[in-house]
Amino acid sequence: MSLLAVLAVAGLLTFATRLSFIALLGRVELPPLLVRALRFVPPAVLSAIVFTEILVKDGAPDLSPGNVRLLAGAAAALVAWKTRNVLLTIGVGMAALWVAQSVPWR
Amino acid sequence: MPDHPTPRREFLSGCRDELPLLLGVAPFGMIYGLLALGAGLDRFTAQAMSSVVFAGSAQFVATQLVREGAPALVLVLTIFVVNLRHALYSASIAPYVKHLPARWKLLLSYLLTDEAYAVAGSRYARDGGRPDPSPHRHWYFLGAGFTLWAAWQLSTAAGVFLGAQVPARWSLDFTLALTFIALVFPTLKDLAAGAAALTAGAVAVLALGLPYKLGLIVAAAAGIGAGLAVERLRA
Repeated sequence: MSLLAVLAVAGLLTFATRLSFIALLGRVELPPLLVRALRFVPPAVLSAIVFTEILVKDGAPDLSPGNVRLLAGAAAALVAWKTRNVLLTIGVGMAALWVAQSVPWR
Repeated sequence: MPDHPTPRREFLSGCRDELPLLLGVAPFGMIYGLLALGAGLDRFTAQAMSSVVFAGSAQFVATQLVREGAPALVLVLTIFVVNLRHALYSASIAPYVKHLPARWKLLLSYLLTDEAYAVAGSRYARDGGRPDPSPHRHWYFLGAGFTLWAAWQLSTAAGVFLGAQVPARWSLDFTLALTFIALVFPTLKDLAAGAAALTAGAVAVLALGLPYKLGLIVAAAAGIGAGLAVERLRA
């Protein structure tokens, strides 16, 4: 299957997700378990992506101080936690990464 | 009888209220375009994904999976899981668009991104239970959604156009992790949400060796299960 066809299927599924409750409201009663589970989708998905991005280096977990993305990610997490500011988090995280990358002890 | 704003005025104020969010969105559209070309997508496919999938985080993850050679089914399932949160927005918006004709529901659903929801959803929340809300509120939603859509397409095009001129040592792909770090903290509202996040993160790292890049899907399922379990224990 070509990549474009794959993306078309994924796009249709995304559209169906966005349309779901808007189209179904008043017609179908949704299972309460499903509604409760949906609340946990954002923290679970976002954190799974973050963990693999900063804890994994070259295909293996790397918790050593030589992992610059872990250092920069920790700095960014502190900023995100304290300020809730997206742009500031990205700015501090990228600056930390560039500084850590240029340090020779890695 | 109060004077309600015209559809045109509703549309324009929706556009205007969306503008500040573009500051965060436009750089990502560009970075997505750069990363997509870096992952081996051709220019047309990279641009097409922005209008067909039209979901920033899912598009970032999709480019990674393409680069790593994940199979088609995993690509589709992962995009689906990453975008599952939009069902929450759909549920939240549904009561306010219930009376609209089907073509409006289809159009507004297509435009229902994180950023459009942030603006349109807070408008509906501001209106609250007032007995005489503007009958043209859906034009406000359309203005916000359209502005975001146009900015996403244009910034993707800019990234695709700049293409390979940005050196790899700038590590711009790291902005994905940083954006998600910023977005995850506000979702950690209680212990159950925290358990969902930590479990999903740990499982994602442990599941690295899973075939077909299934890790993200398994991690999300584990995290949702952990969240539900903690919620049940504390209830």
